[in-house]
Amino acid sequence: MYVYDAFDRTLVAERVAEFRDQVARRLSGELTEEEFKPLRLMNGVYLQLHAYMLRIAIPYGTLSAEQLRMLAHVARKYDRGYGHFTTRQNIQFHWIKLAELPDAMADLASVGMHGMQTSGNVVRNITTDQWAGVAPDEIEDPRIWAEVIRQHVTLHPEFSFMPRKFKIAVGASAHDRAALRIHDLALRLFRNGAGELGFEVMVGGGLGRTPYLAKTIKAFLQKRDVLSYVEAVLRTYNQFGRRDNIWKARIKILVHELGAEAFAREVEQEWQNIKDGPLALDPAIVAEIAGRFRYPDYQRLEDGPPELAAARRADRRFDTWLGNAVANHKLPGYAIVTLSLKPEGGTPGDATAKQMDAIADLAERYSLGEIRVGHEQNLVLPHVAQRDLPALWRALDDLGVATPNVNLVSDIISCPGLDYCSLANARSIPIAQEITRRFRNLDLARDLGRLHVNISGCINACGHHHVGHIGILGVEKNGEEFYQITLGGKADEDAKLGTLIGPAVPYAQVADVVEDIAAAYLELRQRPDELFIDTVRRTGVEPFRERVYATR
Amino acid sequence: MVVTANRVGDGRVVFRRADGGWTPHLDGAAIATSTAGAQALMSEAVADDLRAVGPYVAPVKLSPGGHVRPGNLRELIRLGGPTIELPVPLGC
Repeated sequence: MYVYDAFDRTLVAERVAEFRDQVARRLSGELTEEEFKPLRLMNGVYLQLHAYMLRIAIPYGTLSAEQLRMLAHVARKYDRGYGHFTTRQNIQFHWIKLAELPDAMADLASVGMHGMQTSGNVVRNITTDQWAGVAPDEIEDPRIWAEVIRQHVTLHPEFSFMPRKFKIAVGASAHDRAALRIHDLALRLFRNGAGELGFEVMVGGGLGRTPYLAKTIKAFLQKRDVLSYVEAVLRTYNQFGRRDNIWKARIKILVHELGAEAFAREVEQEWQNIKDGPLALDPAIVAEIAGRFRYPDYQRLEDGPPELAAARRADRRFDTWLGNAVANHKLPGYAIVTLSLKPEGGTPGDATAKQMDAIADLAERYSLGEIRVGHEQNLVLPHVAQRDLPALWRALDDLGVATPNVNLVSDIISCPGLDYCSLANARSIPIAQEITRRFRNLDLARDLGRLHVNISGCINACGHHHVGHIGILGVEKNGEEFYQITLGGKADEDAKLGTLIGPAVPYAQVADVVEDIAAAYLELRQRPDELFIDTVRRTGVEPFRERVYATR
Repeated sequence: MVVTANRVGDGRVVFRRADGGWTPHLDGAAIATSTAGAQALMSEAVADDLRAVGPYVAPVKLSPGGHVRPGNLRELIRLGGPTIELPVPLGC
């Protein structure tokens, strides 16, 4: 866990007091909506179809049990008893009353949480790998660097009115679990040929109406230079990014129009002016920030304790879950456990207050008090002793968060869609729910293997449909919901944008289409371990297109 | 057509009434049958910034029994709530 210092605590408390005054002035009529809207957006307060929505940042996806309990409290006291974990390591409450928002924010501030910079044209919550600090393939904990940048860009006046929002992600593992290439700016920590640690810098990624994968503009950046280089990128974007057209305002458009090389030259020129100034990182400051990340006092344990093997033999359901939701930890005797928030017929990413409270208790009992949130809208317990897995599984199963479908066809990423969102053209959640019902047979889902279905209810692509192995985009045609299907997208270290397979299909046919695609894959794959995404890459989308449209 | 918005205090969906107030019930909304009528309702609604946010003209349909119904899916969802079962039923 990262422990906030007095500066951060004061900042958050002062913001609550400021917002309380702003809400009072809005309710009294002293502020018009035009005046109030930018103020509420600065605190993550949107107005959705039915109510105000509060988005709360979960920096680098790390939560303490105390913080998760507070989220449960906010859900229960101020909302309708549940929250929605998003694709950017945030949580949203969809039914908040304006008059109660300051109290909710004060409660959140008591545990260091807030909605600052979860909206507006600023640097948004900086995301990273939900396995940060525990992944076996990790070089160094990327959260340290996310925190270095967070401290610099929080309420930074120069970056408070950028052309458009700006999303940063940081990764430090060979396998990209943070979807780096779809971010405005991404940093990947790696070791170069000379054995030095540094960052690959990628810019200009983003989905939405005009999707692009981020391009590498700096092959190797020294750690000391990370802040000055990020500043140079932000300044270049601030100077040259378009402000005349919201659809062309993101940095991806600037990078595309200028060209990555020309953009890199502009950044380099700016960077040369500032790289040896105050932003050059003093290792002592980085060490101080790193020192505020508290790591658990791990025990010295062995892999494969006998009680685990016995439990696997005794209970097939446990064995299945273990094979699906449990991953290797960097330390022997420990495991990383993913909690599926994708039950059959459920809303992807939703958790009730009761579940949040119970998961907080389980985190204290079995995961050294820590929980993670992943962009796939699942939770993670990152420090579980392997000997505790059988007991933990029983508790998670009772809570409904042990569906063994992690990374399978029913582990769907979905935006809230037209059921909640004022921007949406079509519903996402009922489509996701129907797909989970069609694939309720988990033997079939396991046979299909790793298969990511991503659903967005509009072109803004909060459901990351462009990078779904199967991507589903809701559109509106003559007042009816239709859905475009793409295949072959992926968001990992080998990121790709999906290819549209043909005309949009009506709402009632979407789950049928996904079943057809799954059936086609089973026929097309060359061997059982050829993944869906590899089959699509080998065959192209044509055989899938033929299958889907043969009878439509 | 009706004029709809969200109530300032809690964001609840409301409809402009003929008497200048707001109601959460579509049946109580003032119905405009012409562009000019809708514009007049909108002008009043925009001026009422203290009680409602983001007013706009929304389509409605009249059922055979004379009841007013939302004119499209978005408005149906705004009026009736999400089409899915919520994780925690109301009142729990």
